[in-house]
Amino acid sequence: MMSMFEEQLHSMVPQMSEEGPSKEGASTNDYMIEVDNIKKTFGNGPQILKGMSVNVQRGETLVVLGGSGMGKSVLMKHIIGLLKPDEGSIKVDGEEITTMGPTELKRVRAKFGMVFQNAALFDSMSNYDNVAFPLREHRKDMSEADIDKKVRSLFDMFTLDADIHGRQFPSELSGGQRKRVGLARAVALDPQIVLYDEPTTGLDPITTDQVDQMILDAQKALKVTSIVISHDIASAFNIADNIIFVYYGEIIARGTKEDMLKCEHPFVQEYFKTWIDKNK
Amino acid sequence: MSDKSVSPFVRLIEALGQPVLSFIEGLGEYILFLRQVFYWTFKGPFRFRLLLNQLADIGYGALFIVVLTGLFTGLVIGLQSLVAFARFSAESLVGPATLIALARELGPVFTGLMVSGRSGSGMATELGTMRVTEQIDALDSLAVNPIQYLVVPRTIASMVMMPVLVSIFTGMGFLGAYFIVVIRSGTDPGIFFEQSFGMTDPPDFIEGYIKAVFFGFLISTFSCFRGFFARGGARGVGQAATDAVVFSSVAVFIASYFITELLQPFLHSNGFNALPG
Repeated sequence: MMSMFEEQLHSMVPQMSEEGPSKEGASTNDYMIEVDNIKKTFGNGPQILKGMSVNVQRGETLVVLGGSGMGKSVLMKHIIGLLKPDEGSIKVDGEEITTMGPTELKRVRAKFGMVFQNAALFDSMSNYDNVAFPLREHRKDMSEADIDKKVRSLFDMFTLDADIHGRQFPSELSGGQRKRVGLARAVALDPQIVLYDEPTTGLDPITTDQVDQMILDAQKALKVTSIVISHDIASAFNIADNIIFVYYGEIIARGTKEDMLKCEHPFVQEYFKTWIDKNK
Repeated sequence: MSDKSVSPFVRLIEALGQPVLSFIEGLGEYILFLRQVFYWTFKGPFRFRLLLNQLADIGYGALFIVVLTGLFTGLVIGLQSLVAFARFSAESLVGPATLIALARELGPVFTGLMVSGRSGSGMATELGTMRVTEQIDALDSLAVNPIQYLVVPRTIASMVMMPVLVSIFTGMGFLGAYFIVVIRSGTDPGIFFEQSFGMTDPPDFIEGYIKAVFFGFLISTFSCFRGFFARGGARGVGQAATDAVVFSSVAVFIASYFITELLQPFLHSNGFNALPG
């Protein structure tokens, strides 16, 4: 069992093979992400993931619901390859990522876009440069003029003005605007999968609706597979095709919104009841 | 091992052993981090623009304080030496004594302290803030290795700029000594320069530059290490910056002694050969 520190290092240097697994044998099924029985413990602490399995279809929006400290973010970090499980398998687009070296992981990560809870924009760069960053890093074939065109189209897509908001720095934007810039940066490389880490946490109801709509619009326009980590039930019901409910490292409920409402697990019922009472 | 049946002696050993274990654990983590830095230093893409930014920040940014501290170090060493050497009428040796002290030891150590205080704390704070605000995770998620992007340019820039800053420090210190010896005490400038350059050898400067490069490596990697793994919000970032300055400053003094010992047989085969007699 490794500490978080070792995990971060582990993901960055070659451990087994620089080349990673062969593409031969890649599954051709409809699943973009296949997580099979992954287990994870940090150091001498409790087991955070206790044999979690979940498949996400191409183009699906899966919402991962659950309380704080239940393992949602740890699950997401495994899916993007920032953490490696103690046991189990994770396939992204048919490729096993748990045995990959850093070069292969870097290639797989290019399939992902990630929107962080507080947007995690680079605060020393303008918003324009934040969105242009992945293009400048990975699209060496694009000229600055091409990049400018793409960045402006992304600002337009998320109802931001490249000439006004683009020149500002992240600290000068509102929470909702920062999330939009974060999403524009996340989808700049046309990823196949977008991960959202609690996108509506800390936002007012109107901005929350705007962010939900932004996720739905992005989904519609880009046809991406989305995984949304959340504890906001209203938001989850707005955007989800399917929902899983995580409770202390285990999935205790899965299915559509209707399935969730019918779920008899006491924690799920309590979770919904609290939310309904709060929103009466 | 906290139950009451444990003898006080065992508890004492535990209490003493815990910091040692923490130190060994931290050292191991630092060594693993260095492994990463080495790996990503030689793996493309090479980011010249980031390197240039860091060269400017670490070098040009520290210029003023290095000029100032170098000048006043030279002035005070010159003044103190003049008082001491005057007791046996050897004022002409103040120039070479100051120059040797600056080139071998004071230049690299004092510049190391300046760079540690200014750039080391800056590196730890910047990377620490990026860590706690998930900007480092964002780099990872954008398939950009954060060690290659953030740490490698700072490490190379520190190793390149430290010898440059040491040269400036030594030059300014020598100027300070010149002011004391020639302008203030009236020694002939020809004698001052002849004695100073006649009694110093290239190995004196080589020793200083070897130290400078190594201190640059120590300060940058340790400061980045503390920042890179900072946690605990603003307080954690502040702690990382404090640790970066304290530990890298202490490391400069410790490393200086060991480098001097190691280099003696190679650079100064007859011991303190630069001194007369």
